[in-house]
Amino acid sequence: MRVPILRLGRVLLTSLPSDLTDQQVMDLQIDALALIQAGKADGLVIDITAADVVDSYMARMLSETAKMVTIMGGIAVLAGMRPAVALTLVEMGQNMIHMETAFDLEGGVAKVARLVASRGGRHDEVPTV
Amino acid sequence: MTKSPRSDPLDAVTRDETVCVIPIRVQEDILRARQSSRGAAAAIGFGTVDQTRLATVVSELARNILTYAGTGECRVVSRLTPVERSIVIEMEDSGPGIDDIADAMMPGYSTGGGLGLGLPAVHKLMDHMSVETRPGRTLIQASMARRR
Ligand SMILES: Nc1ncnc2c1ncn2[C@@H]1O[C@H](COP(=O)(O)OP(=O)(O)OP(=O)(O)O)[C@@H](O)[C@H]1O
Ligand SMILES: [Mg+2]
Repeated sequence: MRVPILRLGRVLLTSLPSDLTDQQVMDLQIDALALIQAGKADGLVIDITAADVVDSYMARMLSETAKMVTIMGGIAVLAGMRPAVALTLVEMGQNMIHMETAFDLEGGVAKVARLVASRGGRHDEVPTV
Repeated sequence: MTKSPRSDPLDAVTRDETVCVIPIRVQEDILRARQSSRGAAAAIGFGTVDQTRLATVVSELARNILTYAGTGECRVVSRLTPVERSIVIEMEDSGPGIDDIADAMMPGYSTGGGLGLGLPAVHKLMDHMSVETRPGRTLIQASMARRR
């Protein structure tokens, strides 16, 4: 089963379940990128409140997805990381997560809106004079 | 998944040991192994942070088995003695073995296009880690102990 992606205005929202397989993570990346590419959204908020483990594979997939979204002109924010997961990631060393973050879903949506506004909208949009 | 007490006649009186065996064959088994380790840790009173460390370690090692060996087995051994509680994670496979263990333990080293952070993370998150490897058999043991 694919993880559903919702759309709120021009922001995509997705909530990762705790029992996420590697294949589901990969499908989610493809689905989110397709929606952004189709011009349906400026950004993506990935809520990981339910995730009780973020291992090196998951960290790599999340960071990679964010990087692709950014290269395409959008913004991706990771929201709701549990304290124990954050602590474990710090202990694992290196900077495991390379992306914008927020405390919760609401903060994530606000961050996308703020960053999009500060950049003057989508890169491929010609500003109306 | 099977659960069984390991009988140890020598210290059966002071020791209470439970072993949980999870075969690692498909992606879903990573989740099963993770849940077992978390459950076993919770059952003997490990806190949320330790449960998270253990589940993360199991996830790294089980994925390595799927990626580099194909299939294998995860054993979660939990022990309760009057002075301490401990969890030992044993991951065994009959794959090709790890070529150079010193290299494999270095952050950033990967033969599979990964971040190369899995084994170093196991070392950092657990109290002890040992690796026995040769072509045909790899056994990684990692443990965590806390005073009661
Ligand atoms: N069970 C195994 N059998 C054979 N080789 C292994 C096994 N586990 C690890 N290795 C070898 O050790 C290397 C390092 O493993 P490690 O988990 O640290 O990194 P990775 O799996 O390559 O990347 P990451 O875990 O960050 O996604 C692997 O690339 C692989 O060559
Ligand atoms: Mg690995």
